[in-house]
Amino acid sequence: MKRLVAGAAALAAAGLGMARWAASRGRVPGAAKDPLESSRWLGITINRPPDEVAPGGHLPEPLGRMDAEVRMNRAPGDRGTELYARPRAQRPGTLARLRGGEDPRTEIRTALRETKSLLETGDVLRSDEEMETTRPTLPGKVLDMALGRAAEGGRL
Amino acid sequence: MKALCWQGVNELSVEQVPDPAILNAQDAIVKVTASTTCGSDLHLLGGYIPAMRAGDVIGHEFIGEIVDVGPEVSRHRPGDRVVVCSIIGCGRCWACRHDEWSLCENSNPSPGITDLMWGGTTAGIYGYSHAMGGFRGSHAEYIRVPFVDYNAFTIPEGVSDLDALFASDAAPTGWMGAELGGVKPGDVVAVWGCGGVGQMAARAAMLLGAERVIAIDRYPERLAMTARHVGCEVIDYTSTDVTAELRERTGGRGPDVCVEAVGMEADSTGIQRVYDGIKQQLRLEQDRPIAVREAIHACRTGGSVFVLGVFSGFVDKFPLGALMNKGLTLRGAQQHGQRYIPKLLDRIAKGDLKTSYLATHVMTLDEGPKGYEMFKHKKDGCVRAVFRPWA
Repeated sequence: MKRLVAGAAALAAAGLGMARWAASRGRVPGAAKDPLESSRWLGITINRPPDEVAPGGHLPEPLGRMDAEVRMNRAPGDRGTELYARPRAQRPGTLARLRGGEDPRTEIRTALRETKSLLETGDVLRSDEEMETTRPTLPGKVLDMALGRAAEGGRL
Repeated sequence: MKALCWQGVNELSVEQVPDPAILNAQDAIVKVTASTTCGSDLHLLGGYIPAMRAGDVIGHEFIGEIVDVGPEVSRHRPGDRVVVCSIIGCGRCWACRHDEWSLCENSNPSPGITDLMWGGTTAGIYGYSHAMGGFRGSHAEYIRVPFVDYNAFTIPEGVSDLDALFASDAAPTGWMGAELGGVKPGDVVAVWGCGGVGQMAARAAMLLGAERVIAIDRYPERLAMTARHVGCEVIDYTSTDVTAELRERTGGRGPDVCVEAVGMEADSTGIQRVYDGIKQQLRLEQDRPIAVREAIHACRTGGSVFVLGVFSGFVDKFPLGALMNKGLTLRGAQQHGQRYIPKLLDRIAKGDLKTSYLATHVMTLDEGPKGYEMFKHKKDGCVRAVFRPWA
């Protein structure tokens, strides 16, 4: 089995090497980075009509208290309202984020999700993780890091 | 309270854990009276579904009695005897309103994980990893049920615990495979897998009017049980060529609807099993799609394939050419149980649908690790082990 793993690893490494070489020769385009990544609108669709999402033009609370640009429009068909937001503040650079600086886009993702849940169900569901039954392990630490971002991450 | 906890790959133990509490105003606490193993638990047990923590309570298919409700619960009260859908729905998002409950947009507090893995958020599920919300499972004395007004259904008088139990997951999952697979009167339907879900899919196909239903497995006792209780034809795939057998039984056409009820740990005879096993162990594919491949090849041109078995990620050698050129329709989903449970309970009450025979081994919660050992290795003809925490 070890030989098989080593073989597969060698094959993968050779493949990666070939890909890098080909890319450096200009034969294979690299993955395109989204030039609008930091300024794109983050959007969510709420199963409520626009006049219930922002009655009298007032934004729902989780978004209303944020320093964000917000827009909304009726969603196609019977889907309710498309609600969009993006931070006014510049996104901190990679180094600043590594030093603990919060990315305002992650806070907006959370706020959009909470807004949707509050408007549709009247509540934001809490996880049973608050009633701990688990014990710490090394794989659990890795999972904790992923879960720490799970409410504010994703494609939204 | 007592609960059956995942401690690591192939390692379970019964532990004392804190009692659950009402965390949201629409929650209830249910005293679990019966909770069953499900084939999809084996993927957690075997380490194929990541995002489990040592100490997580597993189990998702259960019935019980409501003992406490939050201040905003209106349809249930303490004392109600209920079956609870294994999938948590909020009841008010667009997906729930359109009866696609396993796509609920508000019931998974960790949406970023499935959003990144699959490009979309899916519903929370009890005892099914932190990717599915980190909810405690039902192999316990008590469980918290969020949005209880939408997820718990009163069990009709006269329906036994063991009949109602499988209305939580196996019966609605099977029914969904047949219904969304498009089964209609006169169809020939093939079902891969004679576990609880496969048997329920086969029975649903018959009740939806299929003229012939053929179920496929390798275990003699499961094939015999399916023939006896479902009343359909069976094929032992270890003794024949399934595709050839299906062609011969269908005038050379193949089945109109193929339902796959096997999932990511599919077995087979021959080199395919070895190939997929190696690729899965090397993580070059997450899932073994052996039954899906066979269903696509066996299905008649223009037919329909429904994937009920649980898959987590990427597969290899997927027959896209066959799917496209034969004009097949491929669908899949976790169960939209809330859509089916009320009418399934009615059918169970009327005797149209029998389910309690699936409970081959009824045990105490303390026997949980032994129950899973028997269930995983199909020992003593185990189709489902059922735990009764208060027995």
